[in-house]
Amino acid sequence: MKKYFSFFQLRLTTGLQYRTAAIAGMTTQFFWGFMEIMVFHAFYEADPSAYPMTMEATASYVWLQQALLAFFGAWMFEGEIFETINNGNLAYELCRPIHIYDMWFARSVALRLSRALLRCIPILAVAAFLPKGYGLGLPASMTAFLWFLITLIFGLLVMVALNMLVYVTSLFTISGDGLKILFCSVVEIFSGQIIPLPFFPERIQRILELNPFASMGNVPFRIYSGNLEGQEMNKAIVIQILWLIALIGLGKLIGARGERRAIVQGG
Amino acid sequence: MITMEHVCKTYRIAKRNAGFSEACKALFHREYEEIHALKDVSFTIDNGEMVGYIGPNGAGKSSTIKILSGILTPDSGNVTVDGRLLRNSGGRVPLTKQERCSRIEHVSQIGVVFGQRSQLWWDVPVIDSFELLKDIYSISEPVYRDNLDELTELLNLKELLRTPTRQLSLGQRMRCEIAASLLHNPRILFLDEPTIGLDAVSKLAVRDFVKKLNKNHGTTVILTTHDMQDIEALASRIILIGKGQILMDGGLEDIKRGGESMDETLAELYRTYEI
Repeated sequence: MKKYFSFFQLRLTTGLQYRTAAIAGMTTQFFWGFMEIMVFHAFYEADPSAYPMTMEATASYVWLQQALLAFFGAWMFEGEIFETINNGNLAYELCRPIHIYDMWFARSVALRLSRALLRCIPILAVAAFLPKGYGLGLPASMTAFLWFLITLIFGLLVMVALNMLVYVTSLFTISGDGLKILFCSVVEIFSGQIIPLPFFPERIQRILELNPFASMGNVPFRIYSGNLEGQEMNKAIVIQILWLIALIGLGKLIGARGERRAIVQGG
Repeated sequence: MITMEHVCKTYRIAKRNAGFSEACKALFHREYEEIHALKDVSFTIDNGEMVGYIGPNGAGKSSTIKILSGILTPDSGNVTVDGRLLRNSGGRVPLTKQERCSRIEHVSQIGVVFGQRSQLWWDVPVIDSFELLKDIYSISEPVYRDNLDELTELLNLKELLRTPTRQLSLGQRMRCEIAASLLHNPRILFLDEPTIGLDAVSKLAVRDFVKKLNKNHGTTVILTTHDMQDIEALASRIILIGKGQILMDGGLEDIKRGGESMDETLAELYRTYEI
């Protein structure tokens, strides 16, 4: 366990070095957040009764999503892992007493955590001072906030477990590019990153709720503002945990086969 | 002790001619060529030996090293390293789970340096990579301190440890790479072209160090290289491989002829075997 924690630590410290990238990222996310909220306001003013979430909950959702973009951004892959597979540096990783899957998992979590840590506090701080309906509201309750934190962590792990499927499949395909593109489009739509899932038609929603993409940002962000609570919340958490177990199991299985089959590229 | 018995390895390589139309054709029909990287390779290496493993490009040197270091699975044949039986994918008698040694168990006992790759973390000081390796191999603090001190002194790393890897010269980096593969006291060290691209001073430093390592710790060293001076300085035994087969296995004096330089001797040898 300690070895994987060391990978985690090293990746975290390396990730915290990139200040300029963090500032650039935050600027983008501010603009993006404002734009989204403006659009949602336009819809809201047209017909508040047809709106599936309250405006405050929607604004909180948008700001949490922007602040924690690094947790659930589908495109945020660890480029070094693809490089390693492509150019054969995998050789070095294979000749160390570590499980490739676990190590990549630890590194991916650290990457996302380091990026989020640098960016989330300024964004959340500013968003908290924006007027009601435009900014980040207070959590619905103390319990909601606790569940928000717990499901946030589960969500992050589900996201990384999904990423891992792309990495381990690349052991077979050598290049991860095609898989990445497919993966990103699917995740962005079905995880509620473009529009929150409650805005989808009811029937589609019921299917979407069950897939792993809904077990990421969708759950914690809606719990925070009280949009997801009680029985529905419990169900969502159980689904999260089940997906987490299934995805890790599947990833490890593919990974073990890939490891055995992997041919290190280059002389 | 290392034994390889009748080891074979074949790669399948997709081939096509140049040009756009050929590329389109390859979308539907792909031609594969089977490359026999290793054909019935057998040899034994005793503890504490220093063996030079030589042959022209594409002869199967790297494949052998990859198999011995457990990262490539041979198609058939048996490989044993210090009593650990490594997996093979085929073979008449498939190994049971208990017989087969896991990759993790095997690699924790060996050290590998690939001259053309880097194992150090690119953006952080070398010492951070070393600390990570300490945790990966679960090296205890006193052993780590001892090894680090010894390696720092022998390879002259003192000034380099606090520098990020990306800012090291190739020679400096290679010294750090070698130290990195020895922190956990491996009994066997595989060096795959460790002196490639190094200047004279760095080459001498590397050779000198490997010699001392073998003498003081009795580490078994298997070295592939194209630099005959490496072989001359280090190897007491030479295995020549060509087209996937062992062609010669003997001492330096077996191939050396009076007056000729090592490079000429080797070129002559390649010509004789038509490789």
